[in-house]
Amino acid sequence: MKVKIVMSYPSNRNRSKSRPLLEAVGISKNFGDFVANDDVSFSIHAGEIHALLGENGAGKSTFVKIAYGLLRPDIGQLFWNGEPVFINGPQQARKLGIGMVFQHFSLFDALTVAENIQLAMPPGETMASLSSRISSISKEYGIGVDPNARIYNLSVGQQQRVEIIRCLLQDPKLLIMDEPTSVLTPQETEQLFSVLRRFADNGLAVLFISHKLDEIRALTSRATVLRRGQNVGSVAIKGQTNSKLAEMMIGNKVKNVARQNAPAKSKLLFEVKNLYRPKDSAFSVTLRGISIAANAGEIFGIAGIAGNGQDELMSALIGEWRGADSGIIFLDGVDVSQKNPAERRVADMGFIPEERNGHAAVPSMSLADNALLTSHSIVELVRRGVLDLSSMKAKAGAIVKDFDVRLPVVNPLASSLSGGNLQKFVVGREIIKVPKVLIVSQPTWGVDVGAAVFIRKAMLDLAAKGSAVVMISQDLEEIFAISHRIAVLHDGILSDAKPAGILTAEKVGLLMGGSDAVGGVNI
Amino acid sequence: MISMTPRKDISLYRTFLTPLVAILLTLVIGAAIFDFLGFNPLESLYHFFVAPISRYDGIGDLFVKACPLIITATGLVFCYRANVWNIGAEGQLVLGAIFAGGVALAFPDWPAITLMPAMILASVIGGICWAMIPALLKVRFNTNEILVSLMLTYVAALFIDWLVRGPWRDPMSFGFPLTKMYTDAALIHRIEVPFIGMLGQLHWGVVGALMLSLVGAFLLSRTILGYKVRVMGDAPRAGRFAGFNPNLITIGVMAIAGGAAGLAGMIEVSASMGQLQPNVSFGYGFTAIIVAFLARLNPVGVIFAGLIVALAELGGDNAQIVLGMPKVVTGVFKGILLFMLLAGETYNRYQIEWRRVGPQSALREQ
Repeated sequence: MKVKIVMSYPSNRNRSKSRPLLEAVGISKNFGDFVANDDVSFSIHAGEIHALLGENGAGKSTFVKIAYGLLRPDIGQLFWNGEPVFINGPQQARKLGIGMVFQHFSLFDALTVAENIQLAMPPGETMASLSSRISSISKEYGIGVDPNARIYNLSVGQQQRVEIIRCLLQDPKLLIMDEPTSVLTPQETEQLFSVLRRFADNGLAVLFISHKLDEIRALTSRATVLRRGQNVGSVAIKGQTNSKLAEMMIGNKVKNVARQNAPAKSKLLFEVKNLYRPKDSAFSVTLRGISIAANAGEIFGIAGIAGNGQDELMSALIGEWRGADSGIIFLDGVDVSQKNPAERRVADMGFIPEERNGHAAVPSMSLADNALLTSHSIVELVRRGVLDLSSMKAKAGAIVKDFDVRLPVVNPLASSLSGGNLQKFVVGREIIKVPKVLIVSQPTWGVDVGAAVFIRKAMLDLAAKGSAVVMISQDLEEIFAISHRIAVLHDGILSDAKPAGILTAEKVGLLMGGSDAVGGVNI
Repeated sequence: MISMTPRKDISLYRTFLTPLVAILLTLVIGAAIFDFLGFNPLESLYHFFVAPISRYDGIGDLFVKACPLIITATGLVFCYRANVWNIGAEGQLVLGAIFAGGVALAFPDWPAITLMPAMILASVIGGICWAMIPALLKVRFNTNEILVSLMLTYVAALFIDWLVRGPWRDPMSFGFPLTKMYTDAALIHRIEVPFIGMLGQLHWGVVGALMLSLVGAFLLSRTILGYKVRVMGDAPRAGRFAGFNPNLITIGVMAIAGGAAGLAGMIEVSASMGQLQPNVSFGYGFTAIIVAFLARLNPVGVIFAGLIVALAELGGDNAQIVLGMPKVVTGVFKGILLFMLLAGETYNRYQIEWRRVGPQSALREQ
């Protein structure tokens, strides 16, 4: 067996020329009105490392869940070794020879590696024989894992190896890896890559899901690019530049979206100076020296792919997380670094976090109760500690009316509203207060087109009234459509902001993929 | 496999029907058990449910039995609504009794007008102190409040045992582990109802308990304090987003529950015992947990749930006395009643389905 490691894997070393291992033809999948996969066709051969590339929400996860039997396609057919198959569940997928390593692991911390693996195996095998099989597999592929180690003692990279071994013991022909590098250090990533290359040498097919262009270029031979649920092309990686791939991923139509004119030189309303935040778990990101300066009348767009520090930045801006230092976050010249979210609202800030259910709103409560959530410290809804129920109802009613929230019943619980309508309520609750500074994250995530247009217009109107809006979004089209200036968040570092007019989607896409994000960012 | 999905709508009709069905099922199963054991089922049920409240006196006693349960459970509702799992109300109740008893014994000359408020205050402080131990440990060191509050129950029980056998024992008690009798000013008196007279043991503490539940209901549903508790319990992340301090809420609800339990301890001693003794509580602090959940964590519901549980207790005692039914049988019957009521409540909230799935575990499903 060859163990030589090459950076760029030759495209057809072990590839069977005859028929693909897995072929998908015309796969479509809708969730309600949302089209997750639209006529996706795709094939992968034995011995091939194939990338599935696309932005968040492009339909990658839906597609692999269909391939792994977790979802059924609405239309379309899967072929396994040329035979049509209907995969009714993960068990059947494994029986065919499809293994999958998920982004988040399902391991029991208190058990050993071998015990965790035993849980997933058919019953009947002794622990001793399992341990020896684990050892031989780890030796074969150079995956160093001690079968007797307890999970809580393992690093995230080692835990991932346990998941990989668990798949390998079922003798798969195709291994699906869902964003495996998002939790790894660069060194662990390189180790993972050499393991994956050895798999391919042994004739195993690997479907590698990622949006990191450099990794894809280093590891894979072919890439299938999804955009808005459609396959926009399967290409050989050789000869593709990062910018070409970025353009495929993001599309070039965004270049043509009419942008707002930047406002004339105006007052600085919101400033973040050199915000540092150490990561608090293996799955989070360290924020490294974030600086933001947003002016009155401006929408300051922060682009970037999920998992690059958006959640950490958002909670620091809201004040849910506060560092030890003062002098970091300023609202119209006033230092709010040590203020909690309620105090920041009193200082005239508004916040719309990404997650509606359980963060921006309490699903089990009425809209009147939810109206109070971000207003209890400001308006006269509470008199000497007693709730003014009729004022709360009136306030909720005003939001519902002004922001066209469609209610399924009179006085509904927040949980019974559709996603788009609850989002309109959550957005309206902040905008109706006309805050000096509005911080939003993913304002139109998972809402229908009509609601998205409405919400974007509301934010533009707010900016036109002289407020500053900071918008974190992974939707580049949205960023380009309404931002006046754009910065890119990658791996906890925010690039310098540039006027939207002089940026192209391609350049932003490169920054999002991590190309030349370090050092002085050249745009 | 059984799958449970939360119901989208809580129907009013189901809310009232299920407790009735639950009680009916309890009667049927209970009758079967009584019959199997050789007791006349109808007679047994009569002595369980009807005899205890067939006289005015019995109704008064029912409220007296429910009194500490109602007070303690009202406090616990705040904890559980905020997702703080205080199960040490029994200990907090004992500490309230000790603090109030200390005041009563220290100032035997005070008139009721000053002594009674001082005892009430002391009992509340005592309960709060005991509740603050798990609360502060949780806030500071992230300890598990279930364990700490439960363990402290036994510490409290041993503490009062030591007090009444040691330093606080009445020298004239002939060696019995009892303190001096409280003076009249330290006792809670029975209610004399016009034209009827005394209703069994019915005392003014019961009136206090009912008022406390109503105040609790107001606090929880109509004040910003209750709002914070509800938000923190339902969606802690939204609570932090609103700017509420989770630690302060944990401390606050523990203080409410501890103070209420302490007050229940004081009332129990001053109304029914008249002196401290090794056992001032008969598991009220634990039974109150059941009462709180039976009441769907609603302070007004606590009144009804407290009365139901008290009736089961009184009925059990009555069946033991009149029919010579063994204590374990009455215990089983009470257990069936509670199980049925809680099962009905679960059915109210969740859609329950049987689903056929393959033999693989949920883990392997991934």
